[in-house]
Amino acid sequence: MAGPERRFPVRLDLRHGTVDLSHGSGGRAMAQLIEELFQRHLDNDLLRQGNDQAAFDPPPGRLVMSTDGHVVSPLFFPGGDIGCLSVHGTINDVAMAGARPLYLAAGFILEEGLPLKDLDRIVASMAKAASEAGVPVVAGDTKVVERGKADGVFINTTGVGVVPPGVEISGDRARPGDAILVSGTIGDHGVAVMSQRENLSFGTDILSDTAALHGLVAAMVTAVPGIHCLRDPTRGGLATTLNELARQSGVGMRIREAEIPVRPEVQAACELLGLDPLYVANEGKLIAICPPADTETLLAAMRAHPLGAQAALIGEVVADPHQFVQMQTLLGGWRIVDWLAGEQLPRIC
Amino acid sequence: MKYVEEFRDQGLARNLAASIAGEVDPKRSYRLMEFCGGHTHAIFRYGVQDLMPPNLHFVHGPGCPVCVLPIGRIDQAIALALDYGVTLCTYADLMRVPGSERRSLIKAKAAGADVRMVYSTQDALAIARADPGRQVVFFAIGFETTTPPTAVALRQARAEGLTNFSVFCNHVLTPPALHAILSDQGAADGVRIDGILGPSHVSTVIGSRPYGFVPSEFHKPLVIAGFEPLDVMQSALMLVRQLNAGRCEVENQYTRAVTQEGNRKAQALMAEVFDLRETFEWRGLGQLSRSALKIASDYADLDAELRFPLAPGEGREVRGCECPSVLRGVKAPSDCKLFGTVCTPENPMGSCMVSSEGACAAYWSYGRFRPTGTWEARPEAGAASGRDPGSIARAVAGAT
Repeated sequence: MAGPERRFPVRLDLRHGTVDLSHGSGGRAMAQLIEELFQRHLDNDLLRQGNDQAAFDPPPGRLVMSTDGHVVSPLFFPGGDIGCLSVHGTINDVAMAGARPLYLAAGFILEEGLPLKDLDRIVASMAKAASEAGVPVVAGDTKVVERGKADGVFINTTGVGVVPPGVEISGDRARPGDAILVSGTIGDHGVAVMSQRENLSFGTDILSDTAALHGLVAAMVTAVPGIHCLRDPTRGGLATTLNELARQSGVGMRIREAEIPVRPEVQAACELLGLDPLYVANEGKLIAICPPADTETLLAAMRAHPLGAQAALIGEVVADPHQFVQMQTLLGGWRIVDWLAGEQLPRIC
Repeated sequence: MKYVEEFRDQGLARNLAASIAGEVDPKRSYRLMEFCGGHTHAIFRYGVQDLMPPNLHFVHGPGCPVCVLPIGRIDQAIALALDYGVTLCTYADLMRVPGSERRSLIKAKAAGADVRMVYSTQDALAIARADPGRQVVFFAIGFETTTPPTAVALRQARAEGLTNFSVFCNHVLTPPALHAILSDQGAADGVRIDGILGPSHVSTVIGSRPYGFVPSEFHKPLVIAGFEPLDVMQSALMLVRQLNAGRCEVENQYTRAVTQEGNRKAQALMAEVFDLRETFEWRGLGQLSRSALKIASDYADLDAELRFPLAPGEGREVRGCECPSVLRGVKAPSDCKLFGTVCTPENPMGSCMVSSEGACAAYWSYGRFRPTGTWEARPEAGAASGRDPGSIARAVAGAT
């Protein structure tokens, strides 16, 4: 006898094969999918243990945990895909506490009929994003649903991280007088995804800004440990995130339209589609709120990092019992920047 | 961005604000109705009112297609989708407009109706081509701007022999609405209007000629105004100058797009595909004769109203909803008891709170930091202050 029998005599057909219900059955087909596709790309010590959970010793410090479901349509868009997006999205949610992200877990819901070629590409992209970020995927789960019950693939990721001592970043800490900074141009992700939608497709060179922001956050926290708030303006865009922070902290905000960085291409696409870039999703930007005395230091630290090169001071926190976010328009008049009403851009992340 | 930023330039805005502030007669007030929702949106989106002197007021007009659609027609569209089971293609704004009993297309969709959000008539045609076994109805609304694309779609459907496509036609005409608003002025509850900022995109189609009745019959000046904030400001200045000089004429600020004759080709297309309705109900303005279009008899086989006989919609207004008065400019959104209490963009009771062009939505989304009922002063940081009205206008004007 020459060792145990080969588990999977025929390799997974990554060129022409598709996901079928057996891939989620818990049987041999699922084991093969995990081994030849998920593990092959995402391989690391903890995943290789093959347990239903990853066991690790937490480093000292406060642990943070976050989870995020990804349902973006289309699955592949200029500048990224659902795979890297699902890694960046959760890393960023963890990082917005000022934390160093440690590990990720990923749950996949696959639709029957999804080409294995696409899944392979998506998981490879996840693996690349996780490896570049230094945050391995250490646990996972796969389910398959019948055709028509999902849209290709949905990915849920969960992340844990640890906050360095002395850092107290929270959405309820904005105080009147604080400065409001944004790390770069807004609206890139939403417009890049929209440009690929079947009924909208328009020619554009805009790429999604999807990126893991924990490196930028680390540089910011080192420069100014006393940052009050950090948040990534994803769905609902800058406008919605500022409103969330204003509500959480019980303050108002006043921002200046002329200071908000927007790429001309994004502005043009928004004109065409009747959208306001303030409400368009981002996946690689953050908003920082800090005491006024730290503004210059923080801005300099952001601009010194590649992901914050176009960082800008866009306004200030004010006392306001109504918790309004107000904006001085390009023309010099004033208006409210309200919460997003309804859902203008569904399934953007 | 080329060709747009020029119309949002702060320096030019200051110059215009200074001219207006310098030319208004402090002894009188100027009540200017901006006809279109596009103007209303620009005024609020850019805070144009802050740049105006305190005695110049914008009165919001009825030119929001979603807002003037009567509730009964929404009821009928819901019936098309639910009772006849058609695929109903609609512009996004219409999805959330409340019908009778707070029904809406978005709720009908959640209940299983096949309601699709489209960006153009071409999307609706594509859906019909892709699924010949399904009846596809395009829910057509809008003023003269959106009418030619519907006409094109009808002609295409005819040429391709698409038998599963039809149009639920609700296209309306601008001049009769303007006439109704101005006729209203003598009424006890009528609105006082000194001048009109005339439609912009509509006028690219119909030209400037159809507005001749405004000066001749009602002795009011009208300036056809573009939708960019500087267009609105320049048009306001042109109206101020006409009023100061005692003139009333149709003037054209939007010369980069509007001619006297309009778009002849589009007009011919509309004449071929549509006929005038004897009468049509407008929300807020009531029944207006010869104010709307129906599908011409030559295209009757593509008329959804004939293909799917519909009972008249209930058309029941929500009690207390002031949309009808807001649409006539008689009341401001903040005069409505429902405004901001039970009626918000997330939970609209009336159509004016749904569309981004609706006055209520604009007030709520962009302007509610201002004290109720006033447009003069911008309060400091949201709290009402006793600040000198018009100080911003003067400060801006003085900064030039």
